[in-house]
Amino acid sequence: MRNDNRPTNVGLSNLFVFRFPITAIVSIIHRITGILLFAGIAFALYVLQVSLSSEQGFNEIKSALSSPLCLVITIALIAVLLFHFVAGIKHLLMDLGIGETLEGGVFASRVVLLSVAILVFLAGIWLVQV
Amino acid sequence: MTIRMTRPGRSGILDWLIQRVTAVIVAAFIVAMLVWLLSTGDVTYAAWKGLFATAWMQSFTLLALLATCVHAWIGMWTVGTDYIQTGNLGKYAETLLFLYQLGCALVLIFYLLWGINILWGN
Repeated sequence: MRNDNRPTNVGLSNLFVFRFPITAIVSIIHRITGILLFAGIAFALYVLQVSLSSEQGFNEIKSALSSPLCLVITIALIAVLLFHFVAGIKHLLMDLGIGETLEGGVFASRVVLLSVAILVFLAGIWLVQV
Repeated sequence: MTIRMTRPGRSGILDWLIQRVTAVIVAAFIVAMLVWLLSTGDVTYAAWKGLFATAWMQSFTLLALLATCVHAWIGMWTVGTDYIQTGNLGKYAETLLFLYQLGCALVLIFYLLWGINILWGN
């Protein structure tokens, strides 16, 4: 007979049932942005290569930012990098024993989301005026 | 059941420490680049080319790239061993994990060689 109190495995479908705390959301985005950055290194190296190859290449990279598609992709990649950067600093601070409480974790996660939003906004403005 | 293989530092504590040290190096590089970009104002080709022609910037960039690759290796290993397990993938897990880690290693070695080529290639 089925005992409903028995422990069960957590499957993928449970992802949409649970309400995740902000700390868990920041944690999983840190992981996802890390995986994205693994591929993003190629983008950074490509831009570095073309921009250093010649004056023409440098100007191509600069003028590429005037295309809306390139601008959106660049801002998205910068957002991914900034999130991983800021969430990483939160991680390092918690390693040092700073904010290692439930309230501290929730507060730090909010600070991460807010500061990433502000930094991405500023980066976007800087890219548009460059 | 988890699979024990090709752990980056062969020690969890060493992996943990390397992950933090490399993170600090990459973060320092990002901050330095930001300070340079914002203080230079109008970034011209001459200024950009000149920056990467200096020995200290070439060394710093190589160090940051090396740190990035080591950091990515430990990170991708952590992610891979979290999800590629015999519990969900059965007997294929070990082969899949091996191929996944081989792929990650090849990509990272390629990044490193590519970066060296950019910095000192021409």
